[in-house]
Amino acid sequence: MIKNIDNARKIKMGSSFMNSAIALVISLILGMVIIGISGYSPIESYIAIFGVSLGTLKGFALSLSQATPLIFTGLAFAFAYKVKMINTGAEGQLYAGAMAAALVGAYITNLPSGVHALLGFAAAFLAGGLAALFVALCKVYLNANEIIVSLMLNEIIIFFTSYLANGPLKPPGSGVGQTKMIEDTAKLTKLIPQTQLTTAIFIAIITACVLAYLLDKTVFGYEIKVTGHNLKASNVAGINVSKISLITFALSGAIAGMGGAAMVLGVNYRFVEGFSSGYGFAGISIAALAAYNPIGVIFSAFLIGILKSGTITLNRTTSIPVELVDIIQVLVLIFVAAPALIKSIMSRAKKVRSKSSREEHMEVKTSDI
Amino acid sequence: MEIIRMENISKIYPGTVALKGVDFTLNKQEIVSLLGENGAGKTTLMKILYGMTAPSSGRIFYKGEPVRFKRPIDAIEKGICMVHQHFMLVPAFTVVENIIAGSEPGSNIFLDKKKARQEVIDLISRFKFNVDPDAKVEKLSVGEQQRVEILKVLYRKADVIILDEPTAVLTPHEVDDLFAVLRRLKDEGKSIIIITHKLKETKEIADRVVVLRDGNLINDNVDPRKVSTKELSEMMVGREVNLQARRPAKHIGEVCLKVENLTVEEDGKEKVKNVSFAIHHGEILGIAGIEGNGQTQIIEALTGLRKPKSMKLTLDGKEVTGKSSDFLKAGIGHVPEDRLSMGLVKEMSVMENMILGYHRESEFCSKKGLLLKKQISQYAEKLKKDFLVKAASIYSAVSSLSGGNQQKIIISRVFSREPKAIIVAHPTRGVDIGATEYIHNQLIELRDRGAAVLLISADLDEVRALSDRILVLYEGEIVSESMPGELSEVEMGLLMTGGNYMVEEGKQRD
Repeated sequence: MIKNIDNARKIKMGSSFMNSAIALVISLILGMVIIGISGYSPIESYIAIFGVSLGTLKGFALSLSQATPLIFTGLAFAFAYKVKMINTGAEGQLYAGAMAAALVGAYITNLPSGVHALLGFAAAFLAGGLAALFVALCKVYLNANEIIVSLMLNEIIIFFTSYLANGPLKPPGSGVGQTKMIEDTAKLTKLIPQTQLTTAIFIAIITACVLAYLLDKTVFGYEIKVTGHNLKASNVAGINVSKISLITFALSGAIAGMGGAAMVLGVNYRFVEGFSSGYGFAGISIAALAAYNPIGVIFSAFLIGILKSGTITLNRTTSIPVELVDIIQVLVLIFVAAPALIKSIMSRAKKVRSKSSREEHMEVKTSDI
Repeated sequence: MEIIRMENISKIYPGTVALKGVDFTLNKQEIVSLLGENGAGKTTLMKILYGMTAPSSGRIFYKGEPVRFKRPIDAIEKGICMVHQHFMLVPAFTVVENIIAGSEPGSNIFLDKKKARQEVIDLISRFKFNVDPDAKVEKLSVGEQQRVEILKVLYRKADVIILDEPTAVLTPHEVDDLFAVLRRLKDEGKSIIIITHKLKETKEIADRVVVLRDGNLINDNVDPRKVSTKELSEMMVGREVNLQARRPAKHIGEVCLKVENLTVEEDGKEKVKNVSFAIHHGEILGIAGIEGNGQTQIIEALTGLRKPKSMKLTLDGKEVTGKSSDFLKAGIGHVPEDRLSMGLVKEMSVMENMILGYHRESEFCSKKGLLLKKQISQYAEKLKKDFLVKAASIYSAVSSLSGGNQQKIIISRVFSREPKAIIVAHPTRGVDIGATEYIHNQLIELRDRGAAVLLISADLDEVRALSDRILVLYEGEIVSESMPGELSEVEMGLLMTGGNYMVEEGKQRD
């Protein structure tokens, strides 16, 4: 019986992962073409990207550390999507979480080191969660569009934290907008010296596992899935749809907030104005690439991490413009976002293959393919 | 004279064979009833004829010539037209505008409205249709809309008219009107195919019956005057069935569910007007009526999905208030109107759907809020077995099941919780005869175990066969209360359409 469940699940998840894998392969191939057209050697570039990112310890660590905030924002989007809500506010929630973690890290003193860092994460969790809760309340009680409210709130949060970092919280003598350095006790432990890879990656992976468990094993997760798939049926089943939506969306924001804490406590050691290079929005493509599966998010974030760290190596070692790598990322998103496109490519490929194999069969009567 | 001949038609879909070497003929001036259960292949056969889908093998002759229509428009041009079950009319357009849409007279740019109107009026008078050509379609009754659809195909000069389940949405009176129209069309030289699974109507209208079962041709020359409905149903299902037999309640007990002064307001209009009734333990109370007369609003009020303007609902003397979860907990079960949009989550598994609404019960959920997967899967296996749900496994997605089996999931889920009272809406809509028979039996067993059942159905035969007492709902009011057999089908049909009928002396309404 257990085999049965596994099989059924494998088939279902298999097909969505298959889509993502095909999207990935197609975009990598197209990427090669584009690099080639631009007058650079595709093979050389791919060796530069993947060889360093996967082949060296430092490159690998760089990929993982680049992936860390992306896991959080990817999870944030994937989780909200389970109730069919679109969290475009991860960027703002990330900044809110970062500011909260920076404040806790810098202004609370005399705490044991592990506890201090965790407290930073908790503050970020709360800050991101509250920001998202506001959006969800607007959606549930005022019937506002969560996509637009989230985007507006992003601006408010990003500018307000900028103001704080340039005004009241700016340490004397600092040239750029940033807050005071956090205490050493709040800093996350580095896993590999001289890299940015910290224990934050564990917190990210644990968060993904907790979400997967929540969705699969709990009544709360069951109600989330029912609500996401069929709102009317969940009403008939007596599920409190408003409550489920509010909690899920707030949790989604809280997770994005934790991504901010990972950046502050593990990489920058302070809130720095404009620290995010669009992590919040990258979360959307990462969630889609993972077919909205929390465990899948770990891998898709890692993949994007590889590309990002590849960009950094490319920049250092070759003359290939880094924008070409960005193009590959965008291609991945386009192909993932268009499952119908992938399907039509696949079915056409199948037709061609079956036709050619039939012809071969007829002509030669031996088919090894 | 033979007008259509389909020879050895097969249709193979990946995984299933929809039609296996079926022959079909239609003669001029003949009404053929194509009879079969859901999935028997009757719609597929007609889609092949109409050019909506291509046959895997077989040949089609029309007026002696071999044909193969690639698209419906090719068939229409040759004079084969189909009236679909779901009407394709523009509500804001007039009857004339709807009829000419798609084949407007006049030059390419300018529409000759005058000519069009005159043509339509000629058609209406020629076939004695009772339709106002200048009325907006949205103002017409369902029966009139259907007549507009038929006019549409006549306007396109159809010789062969295919009607897909034409009586599904009609009242008994409207069915009579439709049949009168069809007979006139036949007299005018048209040939007609009716796709249906209704036996009584088949017997009434058809010259010849063609029976399909599981993609096989069972008999293509049944004379409806020489067989009983029972024999027809056995041909159709392949075994003995008995749907019409009434099984009256054995022990009607105390009042269980009592509804007082139920009024529902929607968009400023009273959709349900001060309705009161009571259902006893061990009794099925049926509500007959044409859809849209307040049924939905009553169901929503009685299941806690909507806050009515006024209502006092008591269950075994205790008042029930609150949200839908409170109503469920109090013991009011609910088989919703539309299984896919309201009763099931089609993306989720059979198992997960079998606990929907009851997933917080201690049987399925620990105090910490964890799902007890082992218990749930055992429970689902048991329900699947007990209620004969045909699914590959309890882990299959509900979307992969047939309509009848989807409905069985809901029935199994609600009935096995032994509700004190239950609101059952259209329990067998779109369900084949086998499953209908099964669901009816389950409903009666539930009643005999002491449940109070409120049965709301658009199928008058179903209400009449199952109910121990029948209310007729018209424009949000109860216009009649009767015992089964007290009123004839025609009398009930009149009441359902707001007609004047003397139920008892002194109870005349207008």
